[in-house]
Amino acid sequence: MIINHPLLGPRDAQEFTYLGDAALIDRPDGLSYPTPDAAMDAMHDYLYQRSNPAGEHRELWYHEQGDRSWLVVTRNTVTHEITRVELARDVARMRGRSK
Amino acid sequence: MADLSLKPITPLGNDAPVRVTIGPVTIAEVVDSAFASLTRRMGQDIAAVAKGAGIPLPAAGKVEQGATYGAFWLGPDSWMVEAPFASHEDIVAHLKPVFGETASVTEQTDAWARFDVTGERLPALFERLCNYDIARHGAGSASRTMLEHLGCYVVIRSATHISVLGPRSSAQSLFHALETAAHSAF
Amino acid sequence: MSQKNRIEGGQIDRSRSLSFRFDGKSYQGFAGDTLASALLANGVRLMGRSFKYHRPRGPLSAGSEEPNAIVQLRSGARQEPNTRATVAELFDGLEATSQNRFPSLSFDVMGVNDLLSPFFAAGFYYKTFMWPAKFWESVYEPIIRRAAGLGALSKQDDPDQYDKGFLHCDLLVIGAGPAGLAAALTAGRAGARVIVTDEDFRLGGRLNAETHAVGDQSGADWAAAVVAELSALPNVRLMPRTTTIGAMDHGIYAAVERVSDHLPVPAPGKPRQILWRIYSGRAILAGGATERPIAFENNDRPGIMLAGALRAYANRWGVAVGERVAVFTNNDDGLRTATDLAAKGVDVAAVIDTRTGGPLLPGIRHLQGAEVIGSSGRLGLSAITIRHANGKTETLPVTALGVSGGWNPNLNIASHHRGRPVWEESIAAFVPPKDGPAGLSAAGAAAGLFSTHAALRSGAEAAVAALEDLGLKAALPDLPRAEDAPVAITPKWYVAGKGRAWVDQQNDVTVKDVKLAHQENFVSVEHLKRYTTLGMATDQGKTGNILGLAVMAELTGRSIPETGTTIYRPPYTPVAMGALGGRSRGHEFKPTRLTPSHKWATEQGAVFVEVGMWLRAQWFPKTGETTWRQSVDREVLATRASVGICDVTTLGKIDIQGTDAGAFLDKVYANTFSTLPVGKVRYGLMLREDGIVMDDGTTARMGENEWVMTTTTANAVPVFRHLEFVRQCLCPDMDVQLISTTEAWAQYSVAGPNARKLLQKLVDQDISDAAFPYMACGAITVKGIRGRLFRISFSGELAYEIAVPTRYGDAMIRALMEAGAEFDSVAYGTESLGVMRVEKGHVAGNELNGTSTALNMGLGKMVSKKKDAIGMVLSQREGLVAEGGYRIVGVKPVDPAKPLTAGSHFLETGAAAVAANDLGWLTSVVYSPHVGSSIALGYLKNGEARKGQRLRAVNLLAKTEVEVEIVSAHFVDPEGVRLRG
Repeated sequence: MIINHPLLGPRDAQEFTYLGDAALIDRPDGLSYPTPDAAMDAMHDYLYQRSNPAGEHRELWYHEQGDRSWLVVTRNTVTHEITRVELARDVARMRGRSK
Repeated sequence: MADLSLKPITPLGNDAPVRVTIGPVTIAEVVDSAFASLTRRMGQDIAAVAKGAGIPLPAAGKVEQGATYGAFWLGPDSWMVEAPFASHEDIVAHLKPVFGETASVTEQTDAWARFDVTGERLPALFERLCNYDIARHGAGSASRTMLEHLGCYVVIRSATHISVLGPRSSAQSLFHALETAAHSAF
Repeated sequence: MSQKNRIEGGQIDRSRSLSFRFDGKSYQGFAGDTLASALLANGVRLMGRSFKYHRPRGPLSAGSEEPNAIVQLRSGARQEPNTRATVAELFDGLEATSQNRFPSLSFDVMGVNDLLSPFFAAGFYYKTFMWPAKFWESVYEPIIRRAAGLGALSKQDDPDQYDKGFLHCDLLVIGAGPAGLAAALTAGRAGARVIVTDEDFRLGGRLNAETHAVGDQSGADWAAAVVAELSALPNVRLMPRTTTIGAMDHGIYAAVERVSDHLPVPAPGKPRQILWRIYSGRAILAGGATERPIAFENNDRPGIMLAGALRAYANRWGVAVGERVAVFTNNDDGLRTATDLAAKGVDVAAVIDTRTGGPLLPGIRHLQGAEVIGSSGRLGLSAITIRHANGKTETLPVTALGVSGGWNPNLNIASHHRGRPVWEESIAAFVPPKDGPAGLSAAGAAAGLFSTHAALRSGAEAAVAALEDLGLKAALPDLPRAEDAPVAITPKWYVAGKGRAWVDQQNDVTVKDVKLAHQENFVSVEHLKRYTTLGMATDQGKTGNILGLAVMAELTGRSIPETGTTIYRPPYTPVAMGALGGRSRGHEFKPTRLTPSHKWATEQGAVFVEVGMWLRAQWFPKTGETTWRQSVDREVLATRASVGICDVTTLGKIDIQGTDAGAFLDKVYANTFSTLPVGKVRYGLMLREDGIVMDDGTTARMGENEWVMTTTTANAVPVFRHLEFVRQCLCPDMDVQLISTTEAWAQYSVAGPNARKLLQKLVDQDISDAAFPYMACGAITVKGIRGRLFRISFSGELAYEIAVPTRYGDAMIRALMEAGAEFDSVAYGTESLGVMRVEKGHVAGNELNGTSTALNMGLGKMVSKKKDAIGMVLSQREGLVAEGGYRIVGVKPVDPAKPLTAGSHFLETGAAAVAANDLGWLTSVVYSPHVGSSIALGYLKNGEARKGQRLRAVNLLAKTEVEVEIVSAHFVDPEGVRLRG
């Protein structure tokens, strides 16, 4: 597969390591819940309750043998067509993450 | 008392760098450059300072050579700065005063084994080593890529001069890969 | 006997005569011959025995689709079984042998299988060898393997080398026939980067096998002229002897180049083959078409071949396969074989045309509405039996028969992404799917456009369209005039009869087998394939598949499109395993990482162990030591008594800088780091988000905003990846910069009561306990060389880790040993390292096993609940923090003479050794010279409370059982006095 890196252009997927659902960016803050149980539920859902669609999927790829950018790749899991590639850092900021 | 002073060796483990010529190409172990990574700190502007110090900050995928300093792109806001080893052995000591707390500087000289491949028909050699399209990117481009299972930087200084920086601990494996590919290609 | 069947013409170099041997007999051929064409020129038609029935077989085709002429090439270590004689390029000295026969090709005792054929029908393996089950491995399979099958491996190491490589282009053209050459010319002249691959050693495709004029020259001459023009273009790369074997994702194609297979031995340093990964913007499939036979009784005799092949042997190789030939066809293309051969002076006895009503061929006995219903000849064709339109039969003596049932586009690659081929009634064949690989289009015969004119035109047009997609402009070249005959075919798949009519000749599948599959309700094409093995041989059914499913369609009364077709998988043709491995085999399977002290350690005779890619010294044997234990015991005792030195460079080192580095470390470590003063080191525990321990190590604060993290050797890469994930995806605004420095510093552990005295001889600064206390770190100089010093200990002794730039690593180990001589210092390897860390109760790889928590490791208190570190929340899950869970313990045998065995399980005295009574296991076992017995760490249920208890350590695999005492994991200096000394 070819991943069209936002900074480097088309790169062979061989250079990347796959992680999974880009929802992993949306990590809950473990200290922001009223009770430990609520925090645990939120963290449990975050880590284990992921969708596994046959079709368009936003997923995290790491350019391990490249510039070490984490990317959010929108890929159709049926056809492997890749329709969008973003820097994960940009996505994280857009989703309200900071420090 | 015995002399306990320390003498350096080359990445290939010798007193002097190795150099071989195979067909139209020469593969040379290079030990006369010092390296440091330079990474802009969050929210800092280092362009002007760098320019003033003669340190190029090339765009993604690029390499640039200045009078003393050269640099190639490592990642977002991050570069590998090169300088002559003889004058810049402690390259970090040169760069830190320039950037202060606006950038992080880390010595990388000994992290890498550098091999310079010179000669005609370099794409014919590199097509047997890595997926980086030498012909299309051309002089002034640099990229990290995999070369015989090793994460390496391929720096195209000119059409007839490419540097390969590979992990120093695998210098022998990398040199062997370059030699074997040259024998295969030419 | 010298080339008795050689006739005029062809693209062979008659000035270069080549000698070769087949089954021990010497023959002559010419440069440009294949093994098959040369053998046929010498009158040899019999080249192999069939897979199942051991029927005598000769070539069916003149190309890579060949099912029958499968031979073994070369001898000794280079012996290669199962190669197709029809594509093996002849070279001087070529040695080939037939296979699957005993004792000889003309007399094969296993030919008895042919007489037993009623027992070997479709599904016979499934039906016959069902019972008793245990007979399968011991009795049935060995017999079947000997009786059926193909060639034999040499069982020697392959002496050749193989390469892998990467190519890039705007346009990949697969196939260099008329369509491919027209496409390449169009794109090449437009300046695009073009790669043309063709499996043949001579480019031109069918143009080399036909007599059609292209413009005012022969097709072959036109092809040669185009090849010459393309060769001169720097932007075009022509790759003959290169088979594109598969379509991968996003325009990547795999191709195998046979660099040296046409040479007796590869040139020194040159690979035999190269597996290319071709990155293309667009690709054109111009792979031509493959002719298919019509099945009739005994249609597999040597001398019976595809009509187009018969014609190719005559036109390209100057070979008349038989002195008297006939042609059996259902289409006009078959007629060309008759006219071409007649024009070359070959005696064409008859054309048996299944159709009626068309014009008759002039000057040739053209029998319309007729069929071939059988053949005879023991080891090769001697006669065919014809049934005329009026029902009368006639036996016609011929030694060659060309059969044409029509042509199938070579759409294989277009269906590699599961696209379904589409039935095209006008040519009675499947054409490439519309939903094939993105960026791939088909042209010429591969697209079902069979005339030369249509091939040229579609090739050029496909190139213009492909380039336009890429934003490049190309002009249609002036195409030469060429024949543009329409396809005229009336499908005829098989001739009904009682005997066996072969459909898939390589796997010996007959029309009867298809009927049997139908009778037993295996009617879907996928079931048909698996039940009869149709198309499952090395040729993937290139000549037989469509025929087989057409027979099934007829039996079920459905149309061919309703019946459907199986699709193809990569590779297009078989690929040598060596090519897939490339250079990655033996010692070059992976790169090697050498530590800075490697040269010195080698001089000392160290024994090395592979740790990932690293080679680390395992122990350093001294003269007189005969077992590794002697060396390790000595190293450990000497270290604890005085001082020992170990290369610890392999530990991952990550430079962490930035104003938020402390906060970042608080995020990734379970314990707190932001409070660590400058100049201090702290042990850190890193969790995965699920609360399981990921890694451990020390992190040193070298400056206000400068930190150095160490990781375990094994986890250096995953930890760095994890840190980048946290930095970029979770904390995108933190001011943190990361870079690996593992390779930049040579780092040595110096441990033992004399460690300081030794180091002070080398370090220029004061490192007394007051100046450099326990857990201190800082920049130093070593005889003037910049370095770093960390006062950390994993052995329990007074210990330091000292680092210098890697280029000084070799000098540093020598200086350390020299400086240590007065203390009788020793070098120690990974074994002693392991012994000492177990003696001190430190966890390592065996305990960091991916299922254990900080609590399990006795480090539960390190997990701070005051900050939201990765893994903090889920590490508190009920099941992970339950009372009575696994806790790390120390273990000693009650009888010190008894050795412990790693992996042994804890059981109560008297409890049966069953899973229900299992209390945990021994994770790490070493012999401790300090304790004087085997000792171990282990995970034990409710381990804390069991200290002092006696249990059994039972290992059912090693058949050992030892009574053990549960003790503190700290066997050495539990109060930690020594390391603070």
